[in-house]
Amino acid sequence: MPTGAVIEFTNITKTFGHVNAVNDLSFTVEPGRVTGFLGPNGAGKTTTLRMLLGLVAPTSGTATFGGIRYRDLPQPLSTVGAALEAASFHPGRTARNHLGIYAIAAGLPAERVTDVLRKVGLADYADRRVGGYSLGMRQRLGLAYAMIGDPGVLVLDEPINGLDPKGIKWIRGFLRDMAAEGRTVLVSSHLLSEVQQSVDEVVIIAKGSLAHRGTLASLDTDTAPQVIVDGPDRDALSDALTAAGVTFSIGRTGLLAAEPDPARIGHIAFSAGVEISVLHRQKSGLEDSFLALVGGGDSL
Amino acid sequence: MNRFPRAVAAEFAKLTTTRMWWILALVLFGYITLLAGGLGALFGGLQSGAIDPSSGGAGGGQGGPPIDNLPPLIYSFAASVGYVFPVLLGALATTGEFRHQTLTPTFLANPKRGGVLGAKTVTLFVAGAVFGVVGLAASLGIGALVMSAFGVDPLLGDSETWALVGRLILAMALWGTIGVGLGVLVPSQVASIVIVLAFTQFVEPLLRFASMFTEATAGMGKFLPGAASDALVGASFFTLTSPTGSTLDWWQGGLVLLAYAIVATIGGYFVSWKRDVT
Ligand SMILES: Nc1ncnc2c1ncn2[C@@H]1O[C@H](COP(=O)(O)OP(=O)(O)O)[C@@H](O)[C@H]1O
Ligand SMILES: [Mg+2]
Repeated sequence: MPTGAVIEFTNITKTFGHVNAVNDLSFTVEPGRVTGFLGPNGAGKTTTLRMLLGLVAPTSGTATFGGIRYRDLPQPLSTVGAALEAASFHPGRTARNHLGIYAIAAGLPAERVTDVLRKVGLADYADRRVGGYSLGMRQRLGLAYAMIGDPGVLVLDEPINGLDPKGIKWIRGFLRDMAAEGRTVLVSSHLLSEVQQSVDEVVIIAKGSLAHRGTLASLDTDTAPQVIVDGPDRDALSDALTAAGVTFSIGRTGLLAAEPDPARIGHIAFSAGVEISVLHRQKSGLEDSFLALVGGGDSL
Repeated sequence: MNRFPRAVAAEFAKLTTTRMWWILALVLFGYITLLAGGLGALFGGLQSGAIDPSSGGAGGGQGGPPIDNLPPLIYSFAASVGYVFPVLLGALATTGEFRHQTLTPTFLANPKRGGVLGAKTVTLFVAGAVFGVVGLAASLGIGALVMSAFGVDPLLGDSETWALVGRLILAMALWGTIGVGLGVLVPSQVASIVIVLAFTQFVEPLLRFASMFTEATAGMGKFLPGAASDALVGASFFTLTSPTGSTLDWWQGGLVLLAYAIVATIGGYFVSWKRDVT
């Protein structure tokens, strides 16, 4: 079983002319877990991953696998498997020939081509020209390419884009299995909801800089929670909150108080003699926390 | 196997797993067959007297224009006309990597980019040589048959003929590598094709023709790639129609072609090949 290496980004930076695509990013990705690399469109995910893979030269900083840069890996495809956003196929080539070319280049046995095509469910279409493939089939072919060297590290850029529900279910299982086998799995997405069910860890970037790093659960507690409170006499309730110095906004289900502790709101109402009918913490969804972190989700 | 031989094998697999190479080879064969067969028949007929020039309507010369050494001229069509095919193959194989974004899987499988470009050059050198053989199958194979039919000795026993065959295959091989150089220098596929066609079919013939009129420009004209190629092959209709035009020795012509290939490829490496793949 291939073992995963630690991916390490150290102060990696990339500027395209005047565009600061990635800005002094440092983080590590551990084996045995699925790490979601999240950020809105244009946040710099693809650029970061391409720097990791030696396709884009960093302006400064380094990215390594177990301390080794991609271009210095003795057996790159057997160490790292990558599927990048853009479909990179010659439309006139069959899937088998497409994979065969890179198997030859990497010195891998030809049986690997058949193996990975079967693994991604393309065995029946192996000898068709890729030009006729659907987007979902191309995504699978991209994954087949990533798997061809049976690598310990998987780097996948938006692999869920364009998949149908069956394909999404399949890839979620695939990601979990890969991590369970001890591989390092780094998977990017611009939608948290897309990968929420498969990731253990998240690295969130916005405008090229790190916005959050932690477990999926850590997203829950990171944003300031609010308390929802309501009662028959909203005006009295409003007055009581104002008098106590708690700021609030009027929501659909009640008053949204900018105060994390429901007990304190309850006490304010009780002291003012105002009856209340609703009192609970507003659970902001993961997606809300995510959007808050990346700046309200203003995608580029 | 080491990385470089594997890279060469992968480049061969790229070339043979799309239809481009044999479509071009087929057109090359057909085109040269028509030219070599047709002109072989015409001049062979004139020379042997089988065709009466006075009946041709072009004017009443007495006897055919004496073309000595007709066979090498006919055989050289494979390169003097056919050279555009290995250039196109090389340019298409290279620009296709940019167009279809296959540089990504290519550089992931082999991050040594200089080695990949070297492997492509080796591959297109061999493919160009194969195109040379295909072109000769038409110009020499068909041409010799037609000339024999008109009673012209095809000079197949002549060692000079076989030396020409060898030099022609080398010229075609070099043109294949020039195609790679052009492809990295101008990675836009459309622009590359337009340049190949415009330059080989129009610009260079005009320049070569124009350069003949003064001695100084004639000295430069012989360094044009097509002129260098003709010099390497050692015979061509172009040089026949310009008997005053100075030419290079065959080996000098070969070195000039090689220089074009090297300069274009190294220049292209910096212009496009080593750039970010985004
Ligand atoms: N080749 C390039 N030239 C100029 N700007 C680029 C290039 N590639 C990406 N960018 C810019 O860098 C930023 C990050 O892009 P990208 O890494 O593709 O983001 P993401 O993958 O998160 O959507 C964007 O502003 C994008 O326009
Ligand atoms: Mg992207």
